[in-house]
Amino acid sequence: MTSDHQQSMAGGGEPPAIELKGISKSFGPVQANRNVTLRVMPGTIHGIVGENGAGKSTLMSILYGFYHADAGEILVDGTPVTIASSRAAIDLGIGMVHQHFMLVDTMSVLDNVMLGSEGGALLDKGERAARAELARLSRDYGLTVEPDALVGDLSVGQQQRVEILKALIRGCRILVLDEPTGVLTPQEADRLFEILDALRERGVTIILITHKLREILAATDSVSVMRLGEMVAHRKTPKTSAEELAELMVGRKVLLRVDKPEPKIGETILQADNVTVTDAQDVDRVKAVSFTVHAGEIVGIAGVAGNGQSELLQALAGIQRLSGGSFSINGTRTVSAATPYNPHEARGLGIAHVPEDRHHMGLVTAFPAHENHILGHQDWDQYNNGLLLDREAAIADCAAEMERYDVRPPNPHLPAASFSGGNQQKLVLARELETEPKLLLVGQPTRGVDIGAIEFIHNTLVAMRDQGAAVLLVSVELEEIMSLSDRILVMSDGRIVGEMMAADADPQRIGLMMANISEDDAPQGSPEGDKAA
Amino acid sequence: MSQPIKLPKWVDVGVIPALNILAALAVSALVILSLGENPIEALDVMLYGAFGYDEAIGYTLYYTTNFIFTGLAVAVAFHAGLFNIGGEGQAYIGGLGVGLVILALDGLLPWYALLPLAMLGAAVFGGIWAAVPGWLQAYRGSHIVITTIMFNFIASALMVYLLVNVMIKPGQMSPESREFAESAWLPMAHQMFAVIGIDVSRSPLNLSFVLALIASVLVAIFIWRTRWGYAIRTVGRNETAAIYAGIDPKKTIFWTMALSGMLAGMVGINEIMGVQHKLLLNFTAGYGFTGIAVALMGRNHPIGIVLASLLFGTLYQGGAELDFEFEQITRDMVIVIQGFIILFSGALAYMFNPLVARLIGRLMPARG
Repeated sequence: MTSDHQQSMAGGGEPPAIELKGISKSFGPVQANRNVTLRVMPGTIHGIVGENGAGKSTLMSILYGFYHADAGEILVDGTPVTIASSRAAIDLGIGMVHQHFMLVDTMSVLDNVMLGSEGGALLDKGERAARAELARLSRDYGLTVEPDALVGDLSVGQQQRVEILKALIRGCRILVLDEPTGVLTPQEADRLFEILDALRERGVTIILITHKLREILAATDSVSVMRLGEMVAHRKTPKTSAEELAELMVGRKVLLRVDKPEPKIGETILQADNVTVTDAQDVDRVKAVSFTVHAGEIVGIAGVAGNGQSELLQALAGIQRLSGGSFSINGTRTVSAATPYNPHEARGLGIAHVPEDRHHMGLVTAFPAHENHILGHQDWDQYNNGLLLDREAAIADCAAEMERYDVRPPNPHLPAASFSGGNQQKLVLARELETEPKLLLVGQPTRGVDIGAIEFIHNTLVAMRDQGAAVLLVSVELEEIMSLSDRILVMSDGRIVGEMMAADADPQRIGLMMANISEDDAPQGSPEGDKAA
Repeated sequence: MSQPIKLPKWVDVGVIPALNILAALAVSALVILSLGENPIEALDVMLYGAFGYDEAIGYTLYYTTNFIFTGLAVAVAFHAGLFNIGGEGQAYIGGLGVGLVILALDGLLPWYALLPLAMLGAAVFGGIWAAVPGWLQAYRGSHIVITTIMFNFIASALMVYLLVNVMIKPGQMSPESREFAESAWLPMAHQMFAVIGIDVSRSPLNLSFVLALIASVLVAIFIWRTRWGYAIRTVGRNETAAIYAGIDPKKTIFWTMALSGMLAGMVGINEIMGVQHKLLLNFTAGYGFTGIAVALMGRNHPIGIVLASLLFGTLYQGGAELDFEFEQITRDMVIVIQGFIILFSGALAYMFNPLVARLIGRLMPARG
């Protein structure tokens, strides 16, 4: 993954595989790309980093023919081209792996790979050709996938391979990957980078869009930084650092590590005993999980998405019912299958919940900010005036919180949908922390949130803990878990498979636990755990 | 579902509906032209028929009253994400509730004492007729569209049975109840105007029109200014967020449907207590179905619903005149025009959005 392969990028007279000159694109009054210039040399891995809304996706959409640039020029291998559609992009050898896979779950790998290039009315011939091609690709690049397996049965990492295969089988020489590691375990991500390495060795040019600076530093040859629609810097990867890139992205110095004082651990707030949650399909998602969270500490739950953390969090918040076991809040209220509670009662007990998915749970995106500000508190006296809602109180409250949490723009009348991810998350945090909760349940607090806001959110969570709140943090970002938590639990396949103090944690060990491969019983990796997510 | 293009509010609620109606009228004009009649003349006749003299206005507003109630019923359900197609049956059964209350008490109480009881009857009967499908949707997953349609048929069959076998006035051929005592009739508009010394011609317009306007205001307040309306809208927009907020979507669906049915049931006040003064068959005459179009056109907002109801009232009343005046045009023409209006303002509601968006973009270059 280092300089061994860089001989191909030197080749003096060779034109760049992709060259963008002066690309501009605006949507109404919003200028998404302004005079963007980019040169990607053939046979290299080129990273593009930037905060959400910096214009990375727009730029790649222009390259892939989804949008037309208002101005500027695209050159592929030194020749000016117009890319009117994704079909044209494919014909030019440009392939794209989207963040959210574009696969048909109920069809086989082979069918998915052929989709859109069936090669005639009858599938027979195309199928044989595709099968042969798949075999060749898996031999050449180590991209092994069972062609007849159903895509829905594959793990996320394997599904991503199918996406890459789809691009390659269409003759792609330039591969764009949009946030490819968001859903992968560290080990799966490493496998992905090995594959990308192999592709590069065979002359494929790769553009990697990510917000994870660690990956940029580990995997790319050169990197371009975008901020507010503009390309602000190009660097050779070995000549830059995470600190420099973060500063370029945000436009100011950023603290990447969270500074936090020693925890002052208080009494037990949450005590879970053999908590079990069963889903609608009668599958146990959380299997007899026991742990405690004390006042004044942050307990982080690490794990690959889909291993029961979401269900655990929702059960604690009163959204899902327990099917077995119990947990007690504050030593007073014990919740079990026989004595359930609902989110309403949970709030009354001093529990606040920042849900994992703010779009589907934490906000009603069509509602204005001030109506979202009372979500879950809509029955409170302070927001009601007899029979009527006290809108003015809600608006005034919302405006004050927006000020405190630096939500931009600070307009309580705007629909939640029109705020950026970071600002939406601040809206949710403001609402939930306003109650000064005893127990704070937090899921993926910084998912889709830009670096500047991440810093703010992390500091806010630490401040809550220092004020004596018990914080239970669920995140798929291992770095986040490691830097915020005082104590770390690792979940895999619905079980807690490891517990350690943050000081003793190392990412490699947690990664193995997340994949449920502990040093002593390596062969027992549960197949079900792989499939989830 | 593609996202409709974002337009300024005044365009969205003013210009676009107007364009849709104009387009519908233009196409209707072509149809009238192809029948060999003059569309301008037809429009003139229709407008005169709807607003030309005070009896016509009375009829127009009388139809409007029914559409406001059924339109509100559809809109309330819609805010909870429910498509209540059963306004027709709920209005029918609501009328039954009104009839039963008045038949039981009409000799004993004057109309003003009966009115709250009759409204209660309409609300309870109409409400139950909608709440049962609501319950089935919430707790059994039976799709509300299917069940409300089925309940229309059940209502229809039930009413035939009751009127033919149980409630029919003895010694009479037609399946109708006895007429209510005159003291139980709602005051007519011409009577109310006569009290203050204004002379207007007789029409079916009655006090219910005022009730419909009051209902519109109350519904607006309820939906946007109370915690229950907030709960309904939250469930309609994002059920997961509702659960997160401690709102029970199942209960909300049940009660929203009940409320929707209560509003539809109020058609019974206008028709049974206000106009017919007896229980009879098919007095709902499609008002429940037209209420869907009204709500759609009125964007589920009471102001829009009142305006859309007025439009449909105009069509109902003015359209009848077309039939009299033109040899080639029958009453069915009204249905054709209505059809076009529903097509353009319902199914093709967003057709003009891109066009208008481009126009506005050209006229008002990017603000801020």
